[in-house]
Amino acid sequence: MQVLVLVFINIILAISLNLVTGFTGQLSLGHAAFMGIGAYTSAILTLKASIPFLPALLLGGILAAIFGVIIGIPTLRLKGDYLAIATLGFGEILKIIELNLKITGGTVGLRGIRQETNIWVVSVAVVITIFIIYRIMKSRVGRSFIAIREDEVAAEAMGIDTAKYKVLAFAVAAFFAGIAGGLFAHFYRYINPNSFGFSRSIEILSMVVLGGMGKISGSIVGAAVLTAAPELLRSISAYRQLIYGILLVVMMIVRPEGILGDVDVKIPIQRKLEKLLNKNS
Amino acid sequence: MFLQQLINGITLGSTYALIALGYTMVYGIIQLINFAHGEVYMVGAFTGLIFVNMFGANIALAILGAMICCMLLGVLIERIAYRPLQGSSRLSALISAIGVSIFLSTLVVLIRGPQTTSYPQMFKIVLYQVGPAKISNLQILIMIISAILMIALHLIVQKTKVGKAMRACAQDQDAARLMGISVEKIISLTFALGSALAAAGGVLVGIYFNAVFPTMGMMAGMKAFSAAVLGGIGSIPGAVLGGLFLGIAEVFGVAYLSSSYRDAIAFSILILVLLIKPTGLLGKPIQKKV
Repeated sequence: MQVLVLVFINIILAISLNLVTGFTGQLSLGHAAFMGIGAYTSAILTLKASIPFLPALLLGGILAAIFGVIIGIPTLRLKGDYLAIATLGFGEILKIIELNLKITGGTVGLRGIRQETNIWVVSVAVVITIFIIYRIMKSRVGRSFIAIREDEVAAEAMGIDTAKYKVLAFAVAAFFAGIAGGLFAHFYRYINPNSFGFSRSIEILSMVVLGGMGKISGSIVGAAVLTAAPELLRSISAYRQLIYGILLVVMMIVRPEGILGDVDVKIPIQRKLEKLLNKNS
Repeated sequence: MFLQQLINGITLGSTYALIALGYTMVYGIIQLINFAHGEVYMVGAFTGLIFVNMFGANIALAILGAMICCMLLGVLIERIAYRPLQGSSRLSALISAIGVSIFLSTLVVLIRGPQTTSYPQMFKIVLYQVGPAKISNLQILIMIISAILMIALHLIVQKTKVGKAMRACAQDQDAARLMGISVEKIISLTFALGSALAAAGGVLVGIYFNAVFPTMGMMAGMKAFSAAVLGGIGSIPGAVLGGLFLGIAEVFGVAYLSSSYRDAIAFSILILVLLIKPTGLLGKPIQKKV
């Protein structure tokens, strides 16, 4: 059960990063920082201000989204590699700030967070996340994201305000990462800045890459495989990072489109759901 | 106080400059941020340590040995992780580079454990009085070795035929190929030279701070990359200038502001540079092609 909760939290993280990196084509290496903002905000709110879990969780997501906009507006003027480095830099700066602030508990982190996350809460959160991201991608906004990924100059020529849409993608992704962070904090009941460092960002990126960039179903598979496999095979868990490293290289060379490739796996119920969803639009 | 910080800053800065050169050279030729470069520097520090501990090498031999090993490592990384991706998107190459970086640092953790190892004392540290400040013979040695390596690189790039080929590849790979230059060999050579410099930097930093650990590459790599961007990525004098500037800024930041935000200084400079002048101090303006 514990593994399943973790899988669901990671699915939210992978899908939200996929929105930025897979659909909009902007490589972000600081995604865990947004998760951290959400985790710390919601934990501090429930712990020190005794605010109920749900508003605290949402506030964590909203604050992460605000940070997404603050970070996004200046950095998204940058392209490709520069953007990746700038997001990495921001992620590290946020981690250093978390390490030095009093309210975040410094290196010790925060203990004794209320246990609020359970399998039902995360299930609902995953369904809502998938629904919202799916709807976004089926809308005008989503098509703009894809246009930016395919060719930024052409997208701009077609009248898409690329800067605006990139910031929007960043903010939405940050919001969901923040929610995932809040769920994470209220599940483990303990957080410290190292939970939200560069290696976590890479872990999320590995899930997106493994599943296939730009596919929601891919992120679900990627997150499930990379979370469940090391948990189930305890003996290889020491080699986890090693495997992530090899995985990223091999996937890029052999199958850059992800394990699912161009095959769009659709379970029967998904078809029905899609029909239902598309009727409304 | 001021002079003392300046000396410390230049010492630290020259090691950043050594690492930054590798980033800038590789970026100049294949427009890839070689994420694994910081790990090459870390492996360099460890191989230097092995040479000292197992073969009783002196400092020059340790640096030389580490440089040769890392040259091979750099070429190998390029062959395995980057060459198959030639022609695919930059995002793929970047992700592959990140993969190599994680692989190397985890591998060293698995082999040696995550703990910090210290270099054995190789010579007696002597402090010289320079006005109000002190400079140690180790600091002088670091500055001299860095300067020699940078001048050697400058001579290779500017005065030799291979150097000319490297510059040609940086300008236009297709045209270089038409002129009979083996672009693949030049790329390998670029990786070899950059990795060798990083290895030298690794050994020097290992001796200077008396500490090597498997995760040292990540932070140093990021800072050196910031230095390369600050100086203008693709520009060799820019990398040296950026490295020195960053080293001095960091030492002064720690001395006059706060030591807990030490690592944030480099990143703040990086982000400021990216926002204000992404081409850096000495970089050429980039033209967007449609």
